[in-house]
Amino acid sequence: MTLLRELLDSLRSFVATVGAVALFFVRVLGQIPRALLRPGLIVEQVYNAGALSLVIIMTCGLFVGMVLGLQGYDLLQRFGSEDALGTGSALALIKELGPVVTALLFAGRAGTALASEIGLMRATDQLAAMEMMAVDPFRRVVAPRFLGGCIAVPLLTMIFISIGIFGVQLIGVQQLGVDAAAFWSQMRASVDVSDVMEGVIKGCVFGVACSLIAVYEGYTATPTAEGVGRATTRTVVISAVLTLLLDYMLTAAML
Amino acid sequence: MRSTRAVELSTGLFVLLGFAALFFLVTQITNRQLSLNDSYEVYAHFENIGSLKPGAAVSIAGVTVGRVESIVFDQQIYKAVVRMRINSRYDKIPVDSDASIMTSGLLGGQYIGITVGGADEYLKDGDQIEFVQDALVLENLINQLVATFSRRGEQTQETEQ
Repeated sequence: MTLLRELLDSLRSFVATVGAVALFFVRVLGQIPRALLRPGLIVEQVYNAGALSLVIIMTCGLFVGMVLGLQGYDLLQRFGSEDALGTGSALALIKELGPVVTALLFAGRAGTALASEIGLMRATDQLAAMEMMAVDPFRRVVAPRFLGGCIAVPLLTMIFISIGIFGVQLIGVQQLGVDAAAFWSQMRASVDVSDVMEGVIKGCVFGVACSLIAVYEGYTATPTAEGVGRATTRTVVISAVLTLLLDYMLTAAML
Repeated sequence: MRSTRAVELSTGLFVLLGFAALFFLVTQITNRQLSLNDSYEVYAHFENIGSLKPGAAVSIAGVTVGRVESIVFDQQIYKAVVRMRINSRYDKIPVDSDASIMTSGLLGGQYIGITVGGADEYLKDGDQIEFVQDALVLENLINQLVATFSRRGEQTQETEQ
């Protein structure tokens, strides 16, 4: 009996959290037009979320591409079709690895920073102080950070994919000796603009999801050191799970 | 906190890099369709197109000269109608050329190969390619092979008896 009640309670709190996130999302969206009036704040957040993540994204993109080159070559040479390496790895990077790994890295690098920053603002009563001064913290703090993340993730995704393809080329063509002309021409022949658009759409959706989770967790964090820490952890966990879940649904919808 | 100028500069660099990457992906990695302005359309009737798909290459002597635009089944003649867009740079393809569906490599996709004929007239927009060769369906081929072998087997048995 108590087990059933606990189950019902946790189910209810889950549904309530989903509702709270949805309402939070609507509130952020409502503040976006007014946040756009101060582009300086958004530029600063694009810098925080995007430009500062550049090094980790490029490093990871290069290594993901290189390992894809190795594994792809090993797999394809068993069938004697090494020339398909370009096509296979480009499609894998554009459609799956690029958007997903970028979103996971973004959640770890920038999402945590967003959540703990906003959480600490709440813990140190900065948000309350803003409200006292009739400054809406949604407009001044939450909306610019959300927008910055939404702009940064698709761009980071594209950079990740490009560097990744360079990495595949580095291992496949330069080191393992796949014919360069076949590599590029087969890639060009079978990758379509719609494939790239699929990657862009995924990047945008993941950007919105990860940024939303980060600002929500930060804003609703318990205003203690422990609470901020927990909010940061939850940001990474929920972002990762949500990214993979959305990835499946988007793939199923667009394939 | 770094100065606003440095922040703006590196943000600008980041955004430009992102768009450069997108540009690279769209122009260098993908195949751009031949633009519709400088091309003409021809069609052909096939009994069986195998697994030919819209977007497949149309090639002459191995050179891609166009793409398959659409494939529909015509209920009047019970054949597949394949429409092809050919770059108008290649406007001297004789009308008696023949179009056959071929497979590139063992695992490759199918494409249309045009073998040039000898007529003095050339294909123009809206023309039909009369001579066609259907796709080789592997199952049919194997069936024929099996039939031939079993018949031969029976014959040898008969002669032995």
